[in-house]
Amino acid sequence: MWIFLQQKLFQKVKKETEIKRPILKNAARAFLVGGLICLLGQAILEILKLYLEKEMANAVMVTIMVFLGALLTCLGVYDKIGQFAGCGTIIPITGFANSMASAAIESKSEGVFLGIILNMFKLAGSVIVVGVLSAFVFGTLRYFIGI
Amino acid sequence: MIFLKAFLVGGLICALAQFIMDKFKLVPIYITSLFVFLGAALDLFNAYDKLIEFSGAGASLPISSFGHSILHSALEKADEVGYIGILTGVFDLSAAGIAAAIIFAFFGALIFRPKG
Repeated sequence: MWIFLQQKLFQKVKKETEIKRPILKNAARAFLVGGLICLLGQAILEILKLYLEKEMANAVMVTIMVFLGALLTCLGVYDKIGQFAGCGTIIPITGFANSMASAAIESKSEGVFLGIILNMFKLAGSVIVVGVLSAFVFGTLRYFIGI
Repeated sequence: MIFLKAFLVGGLICALAQFIMDKFKLVPIYITSLFVFLGAALDLFNAYDKLIEFSGAGASLPISSFGHSILHSALEKADEVGYIGILTGVFDLSAAGIAAAIIFAFFGALIFRPKG
């Protein structure tokens, strides 16, 4: 009985002290920063389209954005923007570069091979695994049923 | 006009992700995985292609396009060489992003020191 009461009290205190997430404000911030990143990508794409074919321009644009994401991560700027923007920096492809670069740079002290190379996909690996799995499932569906 | 569309669609995808993350109190890694899955699911009936056509980078920069492009290139290859194409073509379109991320992350980690 005593333990049960204590648990109840603990849960009550936990509920009261838990920080309420300002959902709308966070979503607005994510909207702003995520939108701006996509706007920058579109601007780069429009410039590249003047010189390259459409598919090639897209690949170069993605490469440039990944480069920017990795560079800003290395400079420590990306995480600061991320604290403000949340998913606005996580969802764009720059966030993918960020997760790889930060995993690599944080494990640098363990050495080049055991640190950087081994840990690079620690965070980003899930994206690739989920991508391939869903591509396999949906691809099989589409290939045989043809939706 | 395409700039406005890119801003709006890209922003809305990020805002939706943020909303789901806050509402269900998830860790970022679930959100990225969920959006990759959603991107692949939206490739059914070519919905995501239409979104990319409509908004350019607004749909092709968020991680959901990774799921879409991975499925898209797998199916393209499968049309060419048969069912095994699902495996051989899976990274055709997204290879640039992954390779670039590996290269920049590696050299970045070599050059820079961890911050904070």
